[in-house]
Amino acid sequence: MRNLFIFWIVSGWLAVQGMATSAPPALAPVVPGKILEFPDDFGAHNDFRIEWWYVTGWLETPAGKPLGFQITFFRTATRADRDNPSHFSPQQLIIAHVALSDPAIGRLQHDQKIARAGFDLAYARTGNTDVKLDDWSFVREADGHYRTHIRAENFTLDFTLTPAQPLMQQGENGFSRKGPEPEQASYYYSEPHLQITGTIRRQGEDMPVTGTAWLDHEWSSALLDANAQGWDWIGASLADGAALMAFQIRGKDGSKIRAHAALRDAAGHIQTFTPDQVSFHPIRTWHSARTQADYPVATRVRTGKIEWLITPLMDDQELDARTSAGAVYWEGAVTLTRDGEPAGHGYMELTGYVQPLSM
Amino acid sequence: MTPALLTRWLLLGEWHSHRLQSIVAVLAIMLGVALGFTIHLINTAAVTEFSTATRSLSGTSDLTVRAVRTTFDESLYPALMHHTGVAQASPVLEITAGVPAKTKTMHNPVLTILGLDVFRAAAVTPDLIGVPAEDKRMDTLADDAVFLSPAAMEWFAVKQGDSIEVSTGAKQVKLRVAGGLTRVHAGQRIAVMDIGAAQWRFDQIGRLSRIELKLQQGVDHHAFRATLDKELGPSFLLTESEDDDIRARNMSRAYRVNLNILALVALFTGAFLIFSGQVLSTIRRRSQLALLRVLGMTRRQLLRQLLLESGSLGILGSLLGLALGYLLAATALHHLGADLGAGFFPGLEPRLHPDPLAALFYFLLGTGVTIAGSLLPAWEAAHTHPAPALKSGSEYTVLAALRAPRLAAVCLLAGILFSGLPPVNDLPVFGYLAVVLLLVGSMAALPYLCGLFFSALSHALNPGRSGVLTVLAVTRLSNASGLAAVALGGILVSFSLMVAMAIMVASFRISVDDWLTRVLPADLYLHSTIHQDMRGFIRDEQQAIAGIPAVERTDFIRSIPLTLDPARPNITLLARPIDENNPGLILPLTGVALSPGDIPPDTIPIWASEAMVDLYGYQTGMRVTLPFADPAQSFIVAGIWRDYGRMFGAVQMQLSDYRNLTGDDHISDAALWLKKGAVTDTVIASLKALPFGNTLEIMETGRVRAVALKQFDRSFAVTYLLELVAIGVGLMGVAASFSAQTLTRVREFGMLRHIGFSKRQIYRMLTLEGGLLSGFGIAAGFLLGTGISLILIFIINPQSFHWSMQLHMPWTWLLLMALAVLGAAATTAFSASRRAASGNVIRAVREDW
Repeated sequence: MRNLFIFWIVSGWLAVQGMATSAPPALAPVVPGKILEFPDDFGAHNDFRIEWWYVTGWLETPAGKPLGFQITFFRTATRADRDNPSHFSPQQLIIAHVALSDPAIGRLQHDQKIARAGFDLAYARTGNTDVKLDDWSFVREADGHYRTHIRAENFTLDFTLTPAQPLMQQGENGFSRKGPEPEQASYYYSEPHLQITGTIRRQGEDMPVTGTAWLDHEWSSALLDANAQGWDWIGASLADGAALMAFQIRGKDGSKIRAHAALRDAAGHIQTFTPDQVSFHPIRTWHSARTQADYPVATRVRTGKIEWLITPLMDDQELDARTSAGAVYWEGAVTLTRDGEPAGHGYMELTGYVQPLSM
Repeated sequence: MTPALLTRWLLLGEWHSHRLQSIVAVLAIMLGVALGFTIHLINTAAVTEFSTATRSLSGTSDLTVRAVRTTFDESLYPALMHHTGVAQASPVLEITAGVPAKTKTMHNPVLTILGLDVFRAAAVTPDLIGVPAEDKRMDTLADDAVFLSPAAMEWFAVKQGDSIEVSTGAKQVKLRVAGGLTRVHAGQRIAVMDIGAAQWRFDQIGRLSRIELKLQQGVDHHAFRATLDKELGPSFLLTESEDDDIRARNMSRAYRVNLNILALVALFTGAFLIFSGQVLSTIRRRSQLALLRVLGMTRRQLLRQLLLESGSLGILGSLLGLALGYLLAATALHHLGADLGAGFFPGLEPRLHPDPLAALFYFLLGTGVTIAGSLLPAWEAAHTHPAPALKSGSEYTVLAALRAPRLAAVCLLAGILFSGLPPVNDLPVFGYLAVVLLLVGSMAALPYLCGLFFSALSHALNPGRSGVLTVLAVTRLSNASGLAAVALGGILVSFSLMVAMAIMVASFRISVDDWLTRVLPADLYLHSTIHQDMRGFIRDEQQAIAGIPAVERTDFIRSIPLTLDPARPNITLLARPIDENNPGLILPLTGVALSPGDIPPDTIPIWASEAMVDLYGYQTGMRVTLPFADPAQSFIVAGIWRDYGRMFGAVQMQLSDYRNLTGDDHISDAALWLKKGAVTDTVIASLKALPFGNTLEIMETGRVRAVALKQFDRSFAVTYLLELVAIGVGLMGVAASFSAQTLTRVREFGMLRHIGFSKRQIYRMLTLEGGLLSGFGIAAGFLLGTGISLILIFIINPQSFHWSMQLHMPWTWLLLMALAVLGAAATTAFSASRRAASGNVIRAVREDW
């Protein structure tokens, strides 16, 4: 569950409504029991309010140094009048975000884009994963490989992601509840252990990299409860071939509104955890001088009887996009131990530490 | 006694004894400086405002792509986004909307609405992104929301949350004011909305007005521009912000330069007054000045003293002029706008910026002109030998120095030659120089001509039959022609300028009136709220208009702006039904037009206005391209017509040709002919009753004419004012120079009284002298004025405004002016002579010590 360009995503639906006479376009609800169908469900679902493809992962440079990265494409439907025949009618917005965590730099390098879908300049296509925003793209090919090209302000990413494991459908066969109400849910699948080969171009120099990535694809029309303050999320492709996903939704009073976790071992057996089996316990917070927020960058997570210790690749992985998109959150590469033993690498997301999110 | 005290005494003495003349000179200088400074201030404010405004519309764009037509197909937008070297492309749809609520109080109430894609504009024109309410952040994308600049908010008298009503053609659009444009250039009246909403609401689906490009770092702008220009072809134009500045300057250039010339005329008049005043003053004070020299004042000191006398008048006049100029500029900007009512810069509220450099320039100009005017007489007075100057009658040697028949001949000849030269940089520089040379030449020739005329007259007079007074007057004029000529100069200059202006304005007004009759053959004209509306009237609406009972015939006209040259203001394309066998029925042709047989089948005939000939080199029979349709089509200029309405150029073509080429079947204007016996008011009422009736601006032909002539008079208001001032200055000049002149002749009158003349006889003689002299001056002024008016009508006007006109002589008005000046001159001479000749006979003779 991801957050970016919160303002556009949220208000995109709420406020693009013109004449009072025109009814807002009907949205599809998220209902339990639906069987996800592939490859169609790899593609966009324009009838749902929001949708995202979210890739996070760890990279290794030729010198053996670790880097973290995040590539996100959002699609959000607006309430723009569907009768407007203009190609510029802002019916769907495409938002993309990229960030690179390099301990040598000590803070995130990031860039973002936003555009209305149209003119083949920005789109999220149906049928298979194919999203594009100007010269940023994320495409799933017929053989299941993903190719992405991102030309950011300070760096360029060119990656091929090769699946090594089957899809991991989250929740109940891809139906993932996010709140107390049954409609507060999303369709959600992940692809852990994607094998990365590619290059990062920085300051005019190409650097080959390899690594492992985690892909989330999630779509929904109603997500967060009105009382929600934010969420904490982790996704990790563990060293032994297992995959862990856990999240909790925090209420404005600090309570746990909803939580869930799933652990799939290398053999493909999935163990899921109920809300009361999942808990997050901050160990150390990091204070952001930029936003005055305190993020629990080192955290202990319990899933049933297992205790995970999460430590960041570097502390400052805060993404402050308030000037352009209005969102502030922490999204960073983390290292995990399982009951005290090194378990592997993953990504953690911490939202709602500056102001509440509504989604 | 210190030299400073002496200087002051002499200055104040001169000032006290010739208050009127000094005041007139100061007034003239003041007027010239004020006028020049005002025009400079207003124009600087307007051009600065216009460029900053256009610049702020382009933001940080590296290059703007626009089309010859106002809009083009949006498919260029993705193509440019994909173009190598382009970092960002921001599409813009500029809507020129009408504001029906404002039609009562202003002509052509236009609101410019920019349709923007906020996500693209953020990188290029961030200042144009609306600021929505805190809880309605997505209003920047809403299809009913509009963001207004502070000036627009004020204009509509609305605030956030209110709504405004605008129109495009016959369609009315209600928009919600979602917020402001806080960082837009102050005074700029614009609105911004979402581009998708703008396309939809204003019936411009698929159209864009321009695309602002940001190039990638390291891309060679010139090379990129050249490549793209070649790729896009002639129907697209590439501009950078400098081009907008040039365009702004071109827009107001002719207008501005002509007003500046008027300012120079006023300055010239002032300088001449100073000159004649100084000549007379040095003649009158000849013995006084010689005495000062004898008493030990050096030549240099005397020259300084004399220059200081006129210089102080110049300084005073210039300072007053600067103050008045600033005041005038502020008032004019406030009431008439930056273009003085000419309508070039709508939607701008320029502010006056103090300009010390320009102030200094105009101050130096005013003072310099004054000093230049007094240089010759002062130099002569300072360099004459004091001993002979103390003697009576020596003043005539002064005037001998002023006789310059050779200079006169050279000036007149050069003036005539210059009038035949072409414009420089689109401006009639040589035309104006010719006017100045003719004025200077005539003045230089005046003493000579005056002597010649009056000696011929005195030879022709029969002393036996003519009265002794007549003989005396004529003889005096023929012998002392130099002295007379100085008084004459004032009449000549002011009367010739009056005549020139009167003939020019009358010719222009009658030509415009005739032209209006030709171009307005129908009974009723109608258009939507604003001119050249992008949407105008669609087919159904056209049928509704044509279907009104009692309408016999309807001509539909499509009027659109075209940008042929980005550095020049737009031209107008008018498409309407034209009878190719007789285009003169609709068009006021100026020459022979091509007949249908002369038009090659592969070309389309167009009829170009005179401005197209001057600005774009069009000629009858010439093949031209007007790249407004795709693929480019070859046109032939089938005729040239006169156009007083659009000085930047216009072409007309058949409506059917236009529709075939562009597929645009909208129209902007309609001309209606009513059936015999139809009541105009009934037809207007049925038009107003149409579903879109309240967006119609309907005008009876009579009213169109009245409005047009009112606009004409308004734009010539400055000229009328100047004419009045010229009359005033001329008459005051006459009064001043006559009284000064008669005062120098006190001794002569004493002698006449001595030999038996009665006072009455002397008055009569002087009045006769004054009458004869001004009669001659008026005749000469009339000839010179007519010559100048010919230059104004046939050279300066066509060269600066690109239109021709026919000569019309306002005989009655000219005769009245001549009689008024003659009467005023004779009266002045009479009253001046009363004062001069009323003194004691003995004392008057004794003065000749």
